[in-house]
Amino acid sequence: MLKITCPWCGPRIEIEFKCGGEAHIARPENPDALSDEEWADFLFMRANTKGWHRERWNHVHGCRQWFNAMRSTVTHEFAGTYKIGEKPSLEELKNWEPIE
Amino acid sequence: MRYSAFALARNALSYHENWPEQWRSPEPKREYDVVIIGGGGHGLATAYYLAKEHGITNVAVLEKGWLGGGNTGRNTTIIRSNYLWDESAHLYEHSLKLFEGLSQDLNYNIMLSQRGVMNLAHTLQDVRDSVRRVNANNLNGIDAEWLNAEEVKEFCPIINISKDLRYPIMGATLQRRAGVGRHDAVAWGLARGADRQGVDILQNCEVTSILNENGRVSGVETSRGTIRAKKVAICVAGHSSVMAEMAGFRLPVESHALQALVSEPIKPVHDTVVMSNAVHVYVSQSDKGELVIGAGVDGYSSYGQRGSFHIIEHQINALVEMFPIFSRLKMMRTWGGIVDTCPDASPIVSLTPIDGLYINCGWGTGGFKATPGSGWVYAWTIAKNEPHSLNAPFRLDRFTSGALIDEHGAAAVAH
Amino acid sequence: MTQPFRIKTGGRIHRDRPIGFSFNGKDYQGYEGDTLASALLANGVHLVARSFKYHRPRGIMTAGAEEPNAMVQLDTGNRTEPNLKATQVELFDGLTATSVNCWPSINFDVQAVNGMFHKLFPAGFYYKTMMSSPNLWHKFYEPMIRKAAGWGKAPPGPDPDFYDQMHVYCDVLVVGAGPAGLAAARAAASSGARVIIADEQSEFGGCLLSLKRQINGKKALTWVNEQVAALKAEPEVTTLHRTTIFGYYDQNYLVAIERRRDHLGLPSTPAKPKQRIWHIRAEQVVLATGSHERPLVFADNDRPGTMLAEAVKSYVNRFGVLSGSRAVLFTNNDRAYEAALDFHNAGGKVEAVVDIRPAPTGKLVDLIKECGIPLQTGQAIVATHGKKRVTGVDIMPFDGTNVTGARTSIPCDLLMTSGGWSPVVHLHSQAQGKLRYVDEKACFIPDHCPQDAVSVGGANGDFSIAKCLTTGIEAGMQAANLAGFGAGLDMSEADTDEATVDYPTPCWLVPGEKEIGHGSAKHFVDFQNDSTAADIKLASREGFRSVEHMKRYTLTGFGTDQGKTGNINGLAILAQTNKKTIPETGTTTFRPPYTSVTFGALAGRELGDFSDPVRRTPMHDWHCEQEAVFEDVGQWKRPRYFPKAGEDMLQAVNRECLAVRNGVGVLDATTLGKIDVRGKDAAEFLNRVYTNAWINLPVGSCRYGLMCGEDGMVYDDGVTARLGEHHFHMTTTTGGAATVYERLEDYLQTEWPDLDVWLTSVTEQWATISVAGPKARLVMEKLNPHHDWSNDAFPFMTFQDVALASCQARIFRISFTGELSFEINVPSRYGRAVWDAVMAAGEAYGITPYGTETMHVLRAEKGFIIVGQDTDATQTPLDLGMDWIVSKKKKDFVGKRSFSRLDTTKKDRKQLVGLLTENPHDVLDEGAQIIADETAPKPISMLGHVTSSYWSEALGHSIALAVVKGGPQRIGENLTAWSLGKSHKVKVVAPIFYDKESARRDG
Repeated sequence: MLKITCPWCGPRIEIEFKCGGEAHIARPENPDALSDEEWADFLFMRANTKGWHRERWNHVHGCRQWFNAMRSTVTHEFAGTYKIGEKPSLEELKNWEPIE
Repeated sequence: MRYSAFALARNALSYHENWPEQWRSPEPKREYDVVIIGGGGHGLATAYYLAKEHGITNVAVLEKGWLGGGNTGRNTTIIRSNYLWDESAHLYEHSLKLFEGLSQDLNYNIMLSQRGVMNLAHTLQDVRDSVRRVNANNLNGIDAEWLNAEEVKEFCPIINISKDLRYPIMGATLQRRAGVGRHDAVAWGLARGADRQGVDILQNCEVTSILNENGRVSGVETSRGTIRAKKVAICVAGHSSVMAEMAGFRLPVESHALQALVSEPIKPVHDTVVMSNAVHVYVSQSDKGELVIGAGVDGYSSYGQRGSFHIIEHQINALVEMFPIFSRLKMMRTWGGIVDTCPDASPIVSLTPIDGLYINCGWGTGGFKATPGSGWVYAWTIAKNEPHSLNAPFRLDRFTSGALIDEHGAAAVAH
Repeated sequence: MTQPFRIKTGGRIHRDRPIGFSFNGKDYQGYEGDTLASALLANGVHLVARSFKYHRPRGIMTAGAEEPNAMVQLDTGNRTEPNLKATQVELFDGLTATSVNCWPSINFDVQAVNGMFHKLFPAGFYYKTMMSSPNLWHKFYEPMIRKAAGWGKAPPGPDPDFYDQMHVYCDVLVVGAGPAGLAAARAAASSGARVIIADEQSEFGGCLLSLKRQINGKKALTWVNEQVAALKAEPEVTTLHRTTIFGYYDQNYLVAIERRRDHLGLPSTPAKPKQRIWHIRAEQVVLATGSHERPLVFADNDRPGTMLAEAVKSYVNRFGVLSGSRAVLFTNNDRAYEAALDFHNAGGKVEAVVDIRPAPTGKLVDLIKECGIPLQTGQAIVATHGKKRVTGVDIMPFDGTNVTGARTSIPCDLLMTSGGWSPVVHLHSQAQGKLRYVDEKACFIPDHCPQDAVSVGGANGDFSIAKCLTTGIEAGMQAANLAGFGAGLDMSEADTDEATVDYPTPCWLVPGEKEIGHGSAKHFVDFQNDSTAADIKLASREGFRSVEHMKRYTLTGFGTDQGKTGNINGLAILAQTNKKTIPETGTTTFRPPYTSVTFGALAGRELGDFSDPVRRTPMHDWHCEQEAVFEDVGQWKRPRYFPKAGEDMLQAVNRECLAVRNGVGVLDATTLGKIDVRGKDAAEFLNRVYTNAWINLPVGSCRYGLMCGEDGMVYDDGVTARLGEHHFHMTTTTGGAATVYERLEDYLQTEWPDLDVWLTSVTEQWATISVAGPKARLVMEKLNPHHDWSNDAFPFMTFQDVALASCQARIFRISFTGELSFEINVPSRYGRAVWDAVMAAGEAYGITPYGTETMHVLRAEKGFIIVGQDTDATQTPLDLGMDWIVSKKKKDFVGKRSFSRLDTTKKDRKQLVGLLTENPHDVLDEGAQIIADETAPKPISMLGHVTSSYWSEALGHSIALAVVKGGPQRIGENLTAWSLGKSHKVKVVAPIFYDKESARRDG
């Protein structure tokens, strides 16, 4: 049961959330302009990083906001969470004071 | 030395001090025809069949830890082939057939126990999907039966078919040839079989990079030095993306923790395998008397070989609900493995964008049952540099064409 | 004489409260405060178990959770519990227990014959034999193995007990209430921190309960009582007895089991549960879990009467029991001398202390000599005697490597052994903490822990009480500080009266005169699974040199004790065999749970209706009154049909169908998902998420929409109404409501945050009543005679707000049956009242409630799909013949790009068609597979499958929908539908069977 800090609500337990997989994969502006390979890359291909991983979470049983997190896929430690539209570095995240 | 009751008796006279090593621990050679990365069941099976079926014996299996230590030694040992889609059904049935002769083939008792696997239906849609799958299995030449709730109870008397269940059991599919096996023995038997044909199994040998000359693979760098190879085959369930990144291509897989657990051993009480996708639990009883119980996958990606406890609690709810007599038994040990899963819940056994480099991954929660079949088709693919008809549908480029083999829709998806 | 081995005075038992109990059918007496083990020992019962493989007689070895041998089956009938450790079962009046896995009795166990053939059964023998014939394996060998395996028995029926769960937060969690834990909890609590201290035993005190010791000049137990009293007085402290913290998960999440009623032997109630699971999120954790003594590995070290020295000491001091009359201590350290001294001082006779060390020194050595106990130094036990109880040992001079010289026999009925101590590092290791091997202490101790936890006392390899106290105080204070609390009580350093002792001199495998494995003697490492030193050597010889391989091959550590006493010995023997050091050989991973946990407790109350929320509509009670048969759809309970007396499902559904086709029917459609969509970009948003066009939909109108995933596959469908220029009311399928809503929010928040759109789930806000049939308009007119219900005034695919009997309703003219329909939406709280009004208004017209089954038949007659039944996430809209709903003009919408991939443009995709059976009375199975030639050899190529199939009473024949390869091109073809061994000839037709011109929808 992870402890996840929603950037809007503060720390909550994992069962309030759903993980939405890798973050910062923007839907292409103009899908028709993409080759089948490029479209497949958007649809299916994932970095599946071992280590610090930027990923999407939805506070589905809370404020219902989507947000991003940087989490180690090895230790499950969260460097931090941040709102959609932001992209702080690992160092910036680690220095942030979590919402309590 | 051939294993038999006679060999046991003979060795007893010399205090069992003359048993040979089941596999050697050789020093790496400078070069091999084929290097297989990953000493799990699939990797070892690939080496075994490369030697046995294709006469390619100058092969090394590189294992970063101890052989069979990944998902091979961490699964719930279920073996079945009752998959919905033709492509899956043919591949898993090929595997089940190999399993049926594997103890004799390897001269190693893998303790295959064909005690039947039931997949439960809890809703009307489950019933439709189950009947559909039973029919598909039959037409594909795979044994499958549909049981109504009373027949389920007859086949597994300890199950609760009361209408008061939150999701009552409405019936089940049954594959009688399906069952469980001894997972460690599969890895060890394959390792011994491969080793006896000349394959080098190199444990504690971690690959740190994949060498590439002019778009063609030329070997690997490892913690035990450079090993050159004409062909390199990746077979590292869980860590596939890490290897692919080393080689410079991307995969459509995500790695997740999958947990399992056993109860304390009790006298035989559960003579089959029961699986329920709807409520996320599957349970069998091992030769040793432990109830072997599997769970759902954790929701977040992980390489940590451990998961969240509420996943286990959730599956125990379902377990106790369906098997009320298990309530006073005890959970003895839990563990986790890392599974990599494709978006269509089907594996990839394929050539890659790099010449001479092959990939076998994406088995998700169901890799163990495929062990010999996967190794068999992967060996073919490596030997001939083209997929066998059995694994041709499981190419990497299906994600570009859209020809997915979506086992999600079918109740047979997981495990 | 009862309790012949009970010491006259002393111990923590209540001698004024005798307790009667039964073991293996014989009645005994013990005292309150006893465990089953201590009571049995008080009665001189040592033979309590048989081992797994050889069925050798076994006795009680320990006094705690680490017990490998003494497993019992407690109680009978549905209350029976297998595999409990006698050392942990607290005695209660009327307790009944039996030994497990022996037949016919513990004294005469037929399977002990295995022991005679032990030479044929080395580790892993089963991998090497029994495989010549798969049939023989299946029919004979495997059933035989299975029958022999397993310990106790499962109860025959459901569990009569109740369990519960707790979820709590604390600043400091202290695990273990021994000297270190109590000191830590006291220090932390004094700072004001919220502290939980949990201990698996019935009383706090840990090892102090079993020791004769002084702390600060007072009896240790006085110190314990003072600390416990002080903790209980703190309002922010929770003290948990009989509570085992068994799991340590990420981010300081720990799980415990509290045994609340087990020790009473009384039934539980929901208010007084048998056991309770605690889920604890702790800011800081102090692990004061102590250490386990490990046995020495020597020849036949398993005979009943062979016990760990600490356990003997515990039985003397805590339980007032002498575990024998004449004892020998076999040790590699002088801390264990205490056990011999306490045994001696309590009236037992110590025949000898056999120490492998050549010249031990120290205060305890002197005390042994002062007591006149023979001290045999530089000696080792090379043989033990006795079958069902040890009767004596043989010792020989030992030079540290070999035994040589004269053999001396010493008679005894109790053999104490001590091979050193292993810190209980399980939780530290579960928390992903690293371990470090310390040669000097001959044990693994905790190294860095990535979580907010610290190990103290025995768990940290600090075995003296003084060190436990000082480090405990320090750790408790520091944990409180880290959790944000200031300085607390100044607890002065504790003064104890301990003797200084040496660390153990490792001797992992005591040699005998013969090579290990040559004679008949066995050197047990894992007592429960009968794995021996010879097995480990065999494993190494055969290539199983990794500790994980060795464990799996020999089953070392796989018992119900999970190797608490045996694992380190096994690891060390493997290291020696491999000619490696212990750190090079590594250690194994400690996995949860620390000790076994009841499944029922893990399930807690989340069984039956609590296992998943049950959603009911406002009209649910009405449906129940009509004795509707329900169907689970997602979490909802929906009426499937409303049988009248004597009707089966088919009769009921036929009647309901005809009512809708010829008169009027009413359906509770409340469960459809409903999403309120607002904002000035609402139409644009719908345009992006649906395949068809939405911008120009007039206010007041409704439109059907299909939603696809980005992969182009149909995902959900439903009708959406435009309530205003910037306001829509979207409906979704019942099962898809939650995920559709989540997905739409995802697009809005992450992909198109620039859109001004706001979503609200309103599924629960509206009750929906669908009135359908040619007489529907008559019913509506009766409900509100002042409203114009005519087709011109209220055309198809529009909605109107209309006042009904008790409230304002939003009524949609949409139809899922093909008949004239009015879908009445009212706020949920009016649902039942309006339903009643509809029933009253319709009475004159024979209004008939119908369920989902009838709804399915009616919609199938019209060829309307159900997403999830006629689709399985592999169909595009085109596959469903719904290209009319896919906009050709829109530049982009979710899923569009995927339609043009190689596979989605294929000609022979499986596409929706209708099927008619050759015999109109045959109803196909849903799930039947479509084939061209059933006589072909298997595997037979399948063209598709039946997705929906019903008897149509309106048409007088059966109908079916199916997806078939190249379906539309096959219309008119004859194929075969195959299901469960039967086949039916079918003709492919267009997927619409009734009212093909849609003439009926306007009434």
